[in-house]
Amino acid sequence: MPLSDDVRARLEADAAQIIGRYPRSRSALLPLLHLVQAEEGFVSEDGLAFCAEQLGLTEADVTAVASFYTMYKRQPVGEYHVGVCTNALCAVMGGDAIFADLQKHLGIGNNETTPDGKVSLEHLECNAACDYAPVVMVNWEFYDNMTPQKAREAVDGLRAGSDDVRPSRGAPRQCTWKQAARILAGFPDDQAAEGNTAGDASLAGLRMAREQGWTPDDRNGGSTT
Amino acid sequence: MTQVLTPELTARWDEPDSFTLAGYQRSGGYEALPRALAMEPGKVIQTLKDSVLRGRGGAGFPTGLKWGFIPQGDSKPHYLVVNADESEPGACKDIPSLLANPHALIEGIIITCYAIRAQEAFIYVRGEVLHVIRRLHHAVREAYEAGYLGENILGSGLNVSVVVHAGAGAYICGEETALLDSLEGFRGQPRLKPPFPAVAGLYACPTVVNNVESISSVPWILKYGAADFAQIGTERSKGFGIFSLSGHVTVPGQYEAPLGTTLRELLDLAGGMRAGHRLKFWTPGGSSTPLFTDEHLDVPLDYESVAKAGSMLGTRSIQLFDDTTCVIRVALRWSQFYEHESCGKCTPCREGSYWVVQILEQLEDGTGSESDLAKLIDICDNITGRAFCALGDSIQAPIVSSIRFFRDEYLEHLRIGGCPFDPARSALFTMEPA
Repeated sequence: MPLSDDVRARLEADAAQIIGRYPRSRSALLPLLHLVQAEEGFVSEDGLAFCAEQLGLTEADVTAVASFYTMYKRQPVGEYHVGVCTNALCAVMGGDAIFADLQKHLGIGNNETTPDGKVSLEHLECNAACDYAPVVMVNWEFYDNMTPQKAREAVDGLRAGSDDVRPSRGAPRQCTWKQAARILAGFPDDQAAEGNTAGDASLAGLRMAREQGWTPDDRNGGSTT
Repeated sequence: MTQVLTPELTARWDEPDSFTLAGYQRSGGYEALPRALAMEPGKVIQTLKDSVLRGRGGAGFPTGLKWGFIPQGDSKPHYLVVNADESEPGACKDIPSLLANPHALIEGIIITCYAIRAQEAFIYVRGEVLHVIRRLHHAVREAYEAGYLGENILGSGLNVSVVVHAGAGAYICGEETALLDSLEGFRGQPRLKPPFPAVAGLYACPTVVNNVESISSVPWILKYGAADFAQIGTERSKGFGIFSLSGHVTVPGQYEAPLGTTLRELLDLAGGMRAGHRLKFWTPGGSSTPLFTDEHLDVPLDYESVAKAGSMLGTRSIQLFDDTTCVIRVALRWSQFYEHESCGKCTPCREGSYWVVQILEQLEDGTGSESDLAKLIDICDNITGRAFCALGDSIQAPIVSSIRFFRDEYLEHLRIGGCPFDPARSALFTMEPA
């Protein structure tokens, strides 16, 4: 659907801000693609054209870039895009089973969306949370140490509009796909200070070091006290 | 008990406000910056050289030396680009570091910019980590408000700006020249080197690209001195680093320890492998580093010792698999990962990653033949050293090492015409009946 004049005016103001961050305008292309995705939920033909126009590029230039990166979706995805890590470690720890179970439970396959438009599903490559395997992401927030049952409960809650579905390490309110894309474009919401500083596994070594008196404050005569 | 762990970068991660400016300052944060600003930029570079900090992003190139390659007195702008695109399977240290302690990175950025005479820095963070991106924006804003970023920092005349730039899903962008292309608004494909980024990096200007942990270590080195840093670790692998333990280990997580620590020492602290099982194989530094087995528990985890034992220290991403795990399943999955992430620019990587997946699929389901093993090794041999960048070289790591250590397991699949392992047994939860 072509962007309305109002939407276009708003996006142009955002785009000008994004472009202003960089010494050369083309560097703004990735955030601009996140921006149009935040507006429409995916990168449409109109979104591509908008990016091209802002940067003085051709639509072919922009399409070539957009098609390279997996986070840009060329079709609408769900309000909650659920990614299950099936890279080797998460897969072996149970990610394969979680992914198979969610497909069956939701009645959709990889890169498909439930008929109500609420949840889409994708298997992911490593998301840098291996110490919390198996890992599931919802709109790029971490859901750690998952099981098929916990994953099922999460997607059911999201479909039902429940506020009880919360990331393990992240904002206490699960944001929508479009809200997430806007943060990626460089317009953060106000939830940075929410959530914990670190999950349990992140602190495993520190906890043991504290028990043993190996932390900087405990060391005697060390230069780091 | 002999001290095994040395929490330094991780020491404050458990404080409820560790990610804020106030929390960081309470623990001595931003005290290194005035010390650095009181030195000549060249002296800061020398301090890093003296510390012998080696890049923490996997390659282990000496950070100070890299900085020293930046031309001085030229007319071009210089740039610092922080590689926060942590995506190597097994690597999970930079993400928690940015969640809990982003100001260590920001202070390191300011000091680094001063040393290399850059005024603009970019943090290229992978896009799939929303809360990390929030925390980075928050920390950058706090640093601007406190006068640590912006113009005339601490009255020194130094100007530094920082832009948080979110990627969009592409492992290859962890390769520094692909990252630069991506940051310039192109597909993330590696560039032919030379010229190296120090000469022609971002916008063809002198650029330092460093990993999050490398730059986050800079304030410590400036504050406590290069000598103290160099006292930790082994003769050629200095300092502390975060070791990430994941998989079938009792207590997975982040363990900060001197380089040269062994897996046996780390595993003792982490409660060993999960109850009732033994270690079968592990990666010392992510999926791109050849597998080790229980024979390698006492290899000191430093660059030299791991290389001598036939693998690479990489990003200290230790993925542990127990005796319930099929090694072909793991090798295949990582091969599928490289196939998916190959940028397509060069033929050996693009085509090779496709073919090894086809062959491994047949070996896993027991329909291949013994000659496939020789074919796999031959293909790997033809990719390695012939690809544009290190992604191509990584393809062989799990394949060749798994055949080397577990040839019989490959043959067993062929003998019985299928996989002898039950995936339900490797999962960390009890599978419900179908």
